[in-house]
Amino acid sequence: MATNYKGEFAIQLTDIKKSFDGGKDFILKGIDLKIPKGSLTAIIGFSGTGKSVMLKHILGLYKPTSGKVEILGQDLSLFNSDQLTQFRCNYGVLFQSAALFDDMTVLENVSFPLEEHRRHLKKEQVTQIAYEKLKMVGLDPKHYEKLPSQISGGMQKRTGLARALALDPEILIYDEPTTGLDPILTEMVDNLILETHKAHQGTTSVMVSHDLGAAFRIADFIVMLDAGKVLLSGTAEDFFKSDIELVKKFVGKGMKH
Amino acid sequence: MSSHPAIQKTADFLDRVFLGIKNTVQNFILLIGDMTLFGAQSLRLLFTQPYRYGEVLKHMEFIGNQSVGIITLTSIFTGLALSFQVYLGFKLVNAVNLVGPTVALGITRELGPVLTGLIVAARAGGAMAARLGTMRVNEQMDALDVMGVNTKQYLIAPRIIAAVLCMPLLTALFDFMAMVGCWFLCIKIVGLDDAVFYEKIAQTVEVYHINEGLFKSAIFGLMFAVICTYKGFNTSGGAKGVGEATNRGVVISMVSIIIIDYFLMNLIRIYYLMAGIGR
Repeated sequence: MATNYKGEFAIQLTDIKKSFDGGKDFILKGIDLKIPKGSLTAIIGFSGTGKSVMLKHILGLYKPTSGKVEILGQDLSLFNSDQLTQFRCNYGVLFQSAALFDDMTVLENVSFPLEEHRRHLKKEQVTQIAYEKLKMVGLDPKHYEKLPSQISGGMQKRTGLARALALDPEILIYDEPTTGLDPILTEMVDNLILETHKAHQGTTSVMVSHDLGAAFRIADFIVMLDAGKVLLSGTAEDFFKSDIELVKKFVGKGMKH
Repeated sequence: MSSHPAIQKTADFLDRVFLGIKNTVQNFILLIGDMTLFGAQSLRLLFTQPYRYGEVLKHMEFIGNQSVGIITLTSIFTGLALSFQVYLGFKLVNAVNLVGPTVALGITRELGPVLTGLIVAARAGGAMAARLGTMRVNEQMDALDVMGVNTKQYLIAPRIIAAVLCMPLLTALFDFMAMVGCWFLCIKIVGLDDAVFYEKIAQTVEVYHINEGLFKSAIFGLMFAVICTYKGFNTSGGAKGVGEATNRGVVISMVSIIIIDYFLMNLIRIYYLMAGIGR
């Protein structure tokens, strides 16, 4: 990441390679990446460059074919599956589709992680925290008892974010949060990400996105992937100054939108 | 030395056939192994904290309670139809008094568990595969994973154990209602003597006959729950994938129930011989 950065890193990937067919074809071809603690980092790139696969390595959902994934100073390869499951409490993830549980109400969706991991809390305390998180993301209380299918896409994103924030995670991940949304909703989600990041100082936010404009506007650092490798990482300024043809092309297209 | 083209062609053909058989057998063994491991891992998690007994009850309500209507309806008509066919056959040899015990043995030992297994696999097994498949393609399972919730413990184990517990109860209901159908046909429709009907059944049907069916039904419950949850859990490819997973889950479950029933029947027979049970 930023070469002059001297602080702690929340996420460190060292020479990550990933193949799904026994080494014939590599999706990730040696990713080296360091994401500073407390930063808002955007991972960008064209479709099929390995962004989602890399994200799944960060989340511990995939094991690398070779290389090391360190999250908050812990090497994920040293965890067994139960330890990994527990460790994932450090993450909060907003999925592209929000991934709300469709048989639970909005409030139950946000309460669910608390009921799972804060078992000492009473029902009223869980509800209280869930209310606070939903209020924080700006969702009107009149929607709290509705099912996800009864609210709009924007409200679903807000609910998904409230659920991601429920356990006060150290790492917040946004997996293509604005893909498929209209420009107004996209701006709303981008602002929500920025506001949430500002309100949770110390939390490391990672946003995987196609939306270069948003990445430049809200991210502290940007990482661009191409063909399973990091093409460029740095600030928005580094991207504007870059001589790499693909970066120039991507920046040009991103700025038009 | 070059062989005759026709021989070479035949050899190539046989080569392809044997390779196809080898791959099919290999894939089948791998699938069975994978499913067994999947079921065993999930069941082990049921006994680790946090316990999911509330989820077990929820799924028991779905698999058991919500199947009562369909089981009642199908069992009565099965009892009626089977009794009538047996009556027509036994009438030819003047043995109509044996209709009750024959139907009772057939129902309790074979038809009860097998038909209950098929009906519940189609209804609840299909729903399980579809539900889990939808959760997989809608990223809800990924959401559980990254929330630090063990998906096998939360989604799979309660469904499997609920199916194992509910199947004997539903089979007992099937047995009882099928015999009600049999009684109605024998006594009310064809006018057999009801005292003889009861006496012959009491003389012939033993508790272990009923237990045999209940035991088999628990095994069928385990089978269809593991197969359907496995298929749902490993769904990929969007809505089409969900449809395929549901279809395969139900079909494999139904075929397996019928095949395994035959082997279980023989195993139970061997056990009876060794334990000196029955006639």
